[in-house]
Formats: sequence, structure tokens, C-alpha cells
Amino acid sequence: MSAPRGSTSSGPYVELRGISKRFGGVQALSDVSLTIARGSIHALVGENGAGKSTLGKILAGGIQHDAGELIVGGRAVRYRSPHDALVDGVTIIAQELALVPQRTVLENVFLGVESRTLGVVDRRALLRRYERLVERSGFALPPSMPAGALRLADQQKLEIMRAIARDARLIVMDEPTAGLATDEAKKLFADIRRLQADGVTIVYVSHFLDEVLSLADTVTVLRDGCHVRTAPAAGETRDSLIGSMLGRPLTTVFPPKAPPPPDAPAVLSVRGLVRGRVVRGVDLDVRAGEIVGMAGLIGSGRSEVARAIYGADHRDAGAISVCGRRVDPRSPRHAARAGISLLPESRKHDGLVMLRSGVENITLPHLDGLSRAHVVAPRRQRGAAAQMGARVGLRAGRERAPVFTLSGGNQQKVLFAKALMHEPRLLIADEPTRGVDVGAKEAIYELIVSLAAAGMGVLLISSELEEVLGLAHRVLVMREGRLVGAFADGEATEGNVMSAAFGAVAEGRSR
Amino acid sequence: MTAHDGSYAAEAPPRGFAPRVSLDALRDYGVLISLVALFVALSIASSAFLTQTNLLNILDQQADLGIIACGATLVIVAGGLDLSVAAIFALAGVMACKVANETGPLLGILAGCGVGLGVGVLNGLLVTVGRMNSFIATLAMSIIVGGVALAVTGGSQVIVEDDSFRFFPQDALVSGLTRASVALVIVVTVAWFVLARTTFGRYVYAVGGNAEAARLSGIRVNVVRGATFALSGLGAGLAGVIVASRVSSATADAGAGLELTAIAAVVIGGTSIAGGEGAIWRTVVGVLFLALVGNGFNLLGVDPLYERVVTGALIVLAVSIDAWARRRRS
Ligand SMILES: Nc1ncnc2c1ncn2[C@@H]1O[C@H](COP(=O)(O)OP(=O)(O)OP(=O)(O)O)[C@@H](O)[C@H]1O
Ligand SMILES: [Mg+2]
Repeated sequence: MSAPRGSTSSGPYVELRGISKRFGGVQALSDVSLTIARGSIHALVGENGAGKSTLGKILAGGIQHDAGELIVGGRAVRYRSPHDALVDGVTIIAQELALVPQRTVLENVFLGVESRTLGVVDRRALLRRYERLVERSGFALPPSMPAGALRLADQQKLEIMRAIARDARLIVMDEPTAGLATDEAKKLFADIRRLQADGVTIVYVSHFLDEVLSLADTVTVLRDGCHVRTAPAAGETRDSLIGSMLGRPLTTVFPPKAPPPPDAPAVLSVRGLVRGRVVRGVDLDVRAGEIVGMAGLIGSGRSEVARAIYGADHRDAGAISVCGRRVDPRSPRHAARAGISLLPESRKHDGLVMLRSGVENITLPHLDGLSRAHVVAPRRQRGAAAQMGARVGLRAGRERAPVFTLSGGNQQKVLFAKALMHEPRLLIADEPTRGVDVGAKEAIYELIVSLAAAGMGVLLISSELEEVLGLAHRVLVMREGRLVGAFADGEATEGNVMSAAFGAVAEGRSR
Repeated sequence: MTAHDGSYAAEAPPRGFAPRVSLDALRDYGVLISLVALFVALSIASSAFLTQTNLLNILDQQADLGIIACGATLVIVAGGLDLSVAAIFALAGVMACKVANETGPLLGILAGCGVGLGVGVLNGLLVTVGRMNSFIATLAMSIIVGGVALAVTGGSQVIVEDDSFRFFPQDALVSGLTRASVALVIVVTVAWFVLARTTFGRYVYAVGGNAEAARLSGIRVNVVRGATFALSGLGAGLAGVIVASRVSSATADAGAGLELTAIAAVVIGGTSIAGGEGAIWRTVVGVLFLALVGNGFNLLGVDPLYERVVTGALIVLAVSIDAWARRRRS
């Protein structure tokens, strides 16, 4: 609030001096010192578990540092709560969004800062304030829609509006583009630049290094809780960042493609799949050993197709066969029995039991095979989980910890290990690498490719077009609940996939 | 074993220092330490405390509460709440006596347990198939069951003359141990085993921790949640039978408030009321803690009025420690 409006990168705003933080036996940050310039976009990069979110939370009062000094606007501070930080104009848009899903956009935006008349919330005054906010932020969200009904990208906007409504001068954004489609990420960058022009300082955490390089003024690299380097983004390259993040260079990102033989049998065929107005007649096949990518804008119905095939949502019509046999997955249990595995889009809501250990989570669907007469064999359970954890690049021993203590990317690896444990015939992966660092991404890509090479079918849904193009043998494009494009390997390019997704070109209906 | 109870600090890979005493540790073992401290204090303060008779007596007196609290633990870990156990307890006692008089003692005892199981299954169906909130469903069921018990007895005591109905006599089986105490030990052991070691137990934790994730993992969430209510009902039925058999009689208003004491014991033990966390050993500690507080008031001749104040304060303490530990995680 003390920041002069419109000032550009001028002088330090936040200074960290020897900040340390530990959780139980894990040193999340050790002796981190850096300076964040006022009005700058300051990126934080590093591997999963490097301490980025921890740093962001300390800035925004979510947690407190154990040692070191935090200086904001020239004053040493120690925020005891997010509210304290907000009074100083500092807030965070967390990695796991924190909205009240049942309440409306309006209520969420002004939660805690409502206009009141004698203690009664004044809805009219709120609506007037909301209109001004819409003007200022450029986001026009329907004020009376429940926040939970918004698409992820809009929820993100809601969070930004919330920060602006609280007059934030420094906003920490923790992986804001994870799960956003390319076009929506681009819009978000424009919004961030507008915030910057308004004098707001942004701390930007992301695993998308190209994004970081084009957006940020300054980049800080963290590794294992230690500060490696803070430097102007202009002097960095993708490789220089990766080198410092991982401590080793990374050459190839996508493993070479090995398309299945033309006579490979279909592991999955879907005909006439309908679910309400979100899935309107989808036909598709996935053959053994084939990786079929599904591209499309957010809300085009991709996740809904996945969930209907898996029996997670009810379907109104549609025939589903697995390996030539008709199945009727009325529940996930049926689908799992038929050999289908789903890696859900939201690890927090649909994927993981946060309080339980990684071991428990990884083995949860597979306990029948790890028990005798319904009595769990703990050693076998731990062994199996450790083995799977290693395959997805989880550091040894991390699977023993409760999942809520793991960093976002490591949680995703636990989810992956869980989905793959019994080598399903078909893996439906919905945003499989959300929040995963570059090194681990490479490991996951290799895993997907090697599983496909061993005969598993993969239906890959991803908002990262690069990922779909880099891995899939065939790319399907969805728009408004229908398949509007199919591209064989080699035909699919960013251009034609995007134009199909936007509806510029309507290729023939496909399967 | 992996952490059943949220004690994980020791499992994180060691990097440097030993874990400090944290709020989580306080929540995890604080109640155990308090129990030991109370035990030592009472041993010093009262010569009558540390005697075999007194200790075995405590065990015998806690049989009904302990058994009910085990069921309550399953329900709470699975994310529910069962307010009907006191009413089930009364109806089971009444039915056991009635049936014993009509047919025979053994059938009476089975009938009492059967009634408990039956009402428990109904609770389970209301909560799962009926999609009712468990608080409301079991509250309603408690009123219905209480009414049925009153109707069956007509408001008067039901007495069983046949002496073989005293399957759980007050007299000791061996060296001071009563059958009721043995039943309690067996129920605790079985409940511990089920929750800690079986696949069903793992599913209970998963369902209470994140029902949607459990469903997507192929777990029959409704079956698991329903089963916890059925087991809780069965436990309440057994407890009702034990008490009725002990005194060869039953009334429709027996056990009033037992449901809340059971929940209190579970929570004091450190099982989270939010579900997904907890353990049977915690409940045992909670039950013993309440028992020692009561016994202490008794032996030291303090006005029992204050026992309720102390119990209430303990609940506040236990729940706030849980809430602090929980807040730090998010
Ligand atoms: N509440 C917690 N309890 C215990 N350990 C924690 C807790 N929060 C974070 N950690 C640990 O601290 C370390 C740093 O985590 P942090 O979330 O900051 O990583 P990150 O850099 O944001 O990773 P990612 O890219 O995966 O999001 C990790 O080892 C994590 O397991
Ligand atoms: Mg993070």
C-alpha cells in the first residue's frame, strides 16, 4: 500500500536475508538471501521440492520462517498470518487454489473485505465495487456464479481479482499456468503485464522455463532449499536455467516415438459417447501400444470424456469395449477391473488422500494383491510402493511421508505411481505432468513411452500442446463436446491443432 | 508399520537435525503422556487407587463405553458420526430381556446384538443410499429407536428371572477379571486389527480422508461407510446386552448420554473429528483417561459435579490441539 503507483523496477521492495525453514526432518529452505525489486516480475524456478512454494508462503504469511530476516518496504517483518501480510499489501495465489466453491464469484472476491452496513453485508455496494473492479482488472466474470462452477482459468482470474480487491502491491503466483491451455496462459501473461504496469510486483513460480524467460525481469534459481543464483532474465537461457536447477544438463525432452504396428488390436473403442451437453457423440479408438493425444481448449469436454469412459461420471449413451470385449463401466471399480486406469486432473480433489502416506496412496487401488485374507502385508505394500515411486522419479523414502507434506510435483508423482502400479491395459492420463519439474517430466515421458512400447494403450489429455505433439502417435482435437479433428503423426502441428480447437478448420469427424 | 496415526516426522528422510517437539507430536502423544501422569498422580494421592481390585473394577466399568467407543472410532475415521448408539444400547438391552423371557437366555443375548446390528445397517443405508448427513440421520434414528424402546417396555423395567441370562455376571471369571472385561479386551483387539491391518481398515481411512479419491480408486465407498455404521450398531447392541445381563434387567432410558461420552473419548484420544485420521489405541487411551478422571474424583472424595467440568475442559483442549495442528498444515 505504501508503494508509489506506477513506479517501475526501482529499488528493492522485498529483501530476504538468510531465510531458513524446516518441516520436521526436511530442510525446505536454508539460508536464502535475495532481493525483489519494486514493480518487477521476479521468477522462482527449481526442481520439485526445491522450496519455491515454501518461499512464497513465507512472503505471504502462510507459514513463518525459522531463521533469517524478511524486509518488506525497508521494514523487518514477520507475518503471523496471511492477513498480516495483506495489511502490508502482500498476497499469494496458491498452487492449490483456495476458493470457496459453493459461494458466488462476488462473495469470493470480497470475502473478508465485504462492504457492510451495521454489520450486514450490503450486496448493492458490493456489486458497485465489483463493477469498478471489473473495469480495473479487465476480467468480466459473472458475479453470481458459484466459484466451483468456473473453469480453472476463470478461477485463476477470480484469484487475481481477489488480490486486486485487497489492494495487493505484491502478488506471489505459484504455478498459475499449470493446467491452463496455451491460449489462456497467453492471456494470463497479458494480465500480469498489466498488473506490472499498474505498479504491482509479481513473484512468479513456474516450471515452464520459456514462460519465465519471456515474462520475468529477474530469475532466482533454487536447488534443494538453497539459493543458487539471482540474475536478470535477459542473460539466461533455457539450458542455463536447467543446468542450475538440476545440476546437470538436459538434452532431449521427448523420447523418440515408436508407433505400434498397423495391425495392433484396439484396447479401447468408444462409440457414440454422450454425456449431457458436454460430451456430444464421441467415437474413438486406442490401439495397444498407441499413445493417442487429446487436445482442445479448456472446457471442450476432454476430461469429461475421460471420466465417462472410466465410469467416474454417468454417461447417457455410448458403447465402450476394452480389448474387444464390451464393458459397461458403471463405476470406477468396474473400469479398473476391466484394466482401465485414470490419472485424474485434480490431484487434490480426485486423486490423493492428503493425510495418508504416499505408500498408502500408491497402493490404495491395489491392496487386494498386497494382502492375504484381507490382511495387508505391510512390507510388501511398502516394497511395492517404493518400487513404483522409483519408477516415476520420486526420491527414495519420500513415499513414506504423508502426501500433504510433499511438494506439488512430488504429489503428482505419487498419483502417477498409483495409476500405473498394476500396469493397466489402458491409461487415461489427464494432465499427467501438471506441476512436475523438467527433469521429472522427462522421466514421466520416458515411462509413458516405455509402457506403450510394452503394449499399453494411452489416452493422453494435456493442455500443453507441446506435450501432446511430442508424445502422441495420433492427435485428436475436441471442441464443444465433439471430436473435430484427427491428425496422424507428422500431420499434427501447433498451427493445425490450434485452429481445429478454435473451430477455424473443421476436419472430418474421426475416431 | 506406516503411520496409522499421523506420526510421520521420523519417517521423513533425515537431513541434519532431529525433529523438534512439535504441535503434531503433542497431539500424537500428549494424551498418552497425560494418561501416565494422571496414573502416577492418582497412585500417589490415593492408596486405594493402585490396587488390583480398583484397576480391574475400572476395566469392568468401562466395558460398555469402551466397546461403543471402538465402533465410534470406525465411524469417525470414515468421516461420519453416530449419535444413535445410546438409544441402540437401551433397545438392545430391552429386547434381550424381552426375548430371554419369551424364549431363552441365549436367544435373548443374540437378539440384543441382532437389534444393534440391524439398526446399524439402517443407519448405514440412510447415510449412503439415502445420502443423508450422518449427524442428522443418526439423530433421527436415535429418536426413533428410543421411542421403540419406550413402546416395548411401556416405560417400566424389564426383569429376567432366569439366572443363566447372567452371561456377563458381576463376579470375576479369574483373578478379578470379569467376562465383560474380557469382552472389552476382545472387541478392542479385533477393532484395532481391523482398522490397522486389514484392507477394510485402509479403505476406512481413505474414505474418511478423501471420499472422491477413494471412489476413483475403485473402492466401494458406500459399502465401507455403511459397514462402519453397522459395526458401530453391533457394538452398541453388545454393550447393551452386557449391561442388561449384568443386572438381569433393562430400562428404555438406560445409557443416556453414552453417545456423547463415546465421541468425547475418541476425540480426547486424538482421533480427528474431521475423519481420515485416528487409531483404536487412541480411543483406548481416551476411554481410560475419562475413567481415571472419574475414579480419581471418586477416590479423592471431590464433588462429582466438577467431573463434568473437567471432562468438558479436556474435550476443548483435545480439539483445539487438533485444530492447531491442522491449521499448520494448510
Ligand atoms: N507442511 C509441510 N510439512 C512437511 N514438509 C513440507 C511441508 N511443506 C513442504 N514440505 C517439504 O518442503 C520441501 C519444499 O517444498 P515446496 O512445496 O516449497 O517445493 P516446491 O519448490 O514448491 O516444489 P514443486 O515444484 O513440486 O511445487 C519439500 O521437500 C516438501 O516435502
Ligand atoms: Mg510448489
